[in-house]
Amino acid sequence: MTTTTEARPAVSDDRPGLIHATPVRHPWRWVAIAVIVVLALMFLNMLIFNPAFNWPFVLEAMIQSPVIEGFWKGTILVTILAMLFGVILGVILAVMRLSDNPILRGVSWLYTWFFRAIPRYVLLVIMGQLGLLFAEGIALGVPFDWKIIEWLGLSGDWRIGPFDANAIFVGLAGGVIGLAASEAAYMAEIARAGILSVDRGQMEAAQALGMSRGKAMRRIVLPQAMRVIVPPTGNETIAMLKDTSLLIGIPVGTELFFQLQAIGNRTFQVFPILVAATLYYLIASSVLMVGQAYLERHFGRGFGVQVSADKEEADKGLAIGAAK
Amino acid sequence: MTTTATDTEHLVHAVNVTKAFGSNEVLKGIDMTVDAKEVVCLLGPSGSGKTTFLRLINQMETLTGGRIWVGGELIGFEDRNGKLHVRKDKDIARQRARIGMVFQRFNLFPHMTALGNVIEAPVKVKRLPKADVTKEALELLDMVGLGDRARYYPSQLSGGQQQRVAIARALAMKPELLLFDEPTSALDPELVGEVLGVMRNLAEEGTTMIVVTHEMAFAREVADRVVFMDQGVVVEEGPPNEVLLNPQEERTKSFLRRVKHEAETEAAHDAELARILEEAAG
Repeated sequence: MTTTTEARPAVSDDRPGLIHATPVRHPWRWVAIAVIVVLALMFLNMLIFNPAFNWPFVLEAMIQSPVIEGFWKGTILVTILAMLFGVILGVILAVMRLSDNPILRGVSWLYTWFFRAIPRYVLLVIMGQLGLLFAEGIALGVPFDWKIIEWLGLSGDWRIGPFDANAIFVGLAGGVIGLAASEAAYMAEIARAGILSVDRGQMEAAQALGMSRGKAMRRIVLPQAMRVIVPPTGNETIAMLKDTSLLIGIPVGTELFFQLQAIGNRTFQVFPILVAATLYYLIASSVLMVGQAYLERHFGRGFGVQVSADKEEADKGLAIGAAK
Repeated sequence: MTTTATDTEHLVHAVNVTKAFGSNEVLKGIDMTVDAKEVVCLLGPSGSGKTTFLRLINQMETLTGGRIWVGGELIGFEDRNGKLHVRKDKDIARQRARIGMVFQRFNLFPHMTALGNVIEAPVKVKRLPKADVTKEALELLDMVGLGDRARYYPSQLSGGQQQRVAIARALAMKPELLLFDEPTSALDPELVGEVLGVMRNLAEEGTTMIVVTHEMAFAREVADRVVFMDQGVVVEEGPPNEVLLNPQEERTKSFLRRVKHEAETEAAHDAELARILEEAAG
């Protein structure tokens, strides 16, 4: 057996040392760069010197108060609320779909089938006209109360209301209901895939500790499912942001694209208006992407690439713990 | 034989337990008792039904026939005047909370730290104050030799460490009975010892345990009683030295011969490896 006193064997002429190799040449890479630079310059030239852009007008249109109001209420608020209700309803539908109860499974399937089939624009137009079904308004109370009262030989009614149906289905509320109803159908499938991605042993381990099915679902399965659910939900949110431009189907005018188009129609400045809308949607979806990245980090706890950072944190936590 | 009478003498009392998955009958009438502070090892070839029997005790599966009592209480069903009624989910959860279970694949919650895994059930199921539970959980982690790993996620721990966290997690509920389903089968050979060591300590402290295992040496050393199962029936049971050293039944003998042969093959390999290493060193 040989022993070495140095950490590294000596380099000599007959033993290869450090590598100085010639890299592979990539001539086409340079050609591609040249083409792209030229195209980029052409595009930039158009942006700056084509009078149809009319940048000052773009900025002016963007800061008009109806446009800003339309952006916050019709685009941002409706996106947030529709996604919020859509995700909640979607998760409920997914849990129903995976339940032992055949009625719940059937209802969930039927819902998804129905709302995935209808285009969002058509659905929003229908929402706007739902008032026709409830011309007498909508009341809360005992179902079929008039029939029961008739049987019992009484008079009067057992209900609160009626409320004006148009107040519910028309306007931003109707938009939120319609978009959330449609979104829930898609979210149900996304959430179902997420729940199914969690190992069966997790549910078993949770139940073995005495958790009910519901608690095991909330505390153990869903948090792990979120890791799979969040990325496609980010996609859905950005799609929803864009679909708020369909609110005009209801019709709702308090919305970004409708307000910008109104300015364009009045001033005949068609193109700057489209640029303004594009900029708004770009900014909003960029902000959403940042939010998504945070969510992915949160629900990625204990998994994959996140682990090394967690470990540092854990070591730090322990160091602090030891210092106390 | 009365099958409806409750039994408070034994901690676990199983009578004529059968289980079928469709037309496949996995258990064909198991009778078994386990007393408090007893350690029982279930041995047998794969497919003998020992894991299924364990899962029936903790209601991961539903009985096809027979009865199981734990602590005098009928598992899974309620006996009302001789008629069985399926227990409500809440009731089943309560029964499960009294029984700890350790799985072959650990099944730690990956989104929680080791400490989070241990305190989850006492805090969320028993609704005990978090501060007290955390203190006890840290002691438990210390006991299984992982006091310095409390804030690590399962994916940052080795298999043996994960299984020890899983044992601490089960112990945190202060169960009357601990079930082990092949707790070392998914581990690398060099990690088996640390888990068996923890289990040995638990046995010495008087924990009631039912262990499905292939570790014959552990069964012989730690078990008060071993039960040999094959093809859904109990073939032979008794003190480990009797069943393992002087088996009466042919099926037990052939199983032990197979295990012995495997062990000898492995030992021969080890000896060969040791010889090569020694030669290289010399």
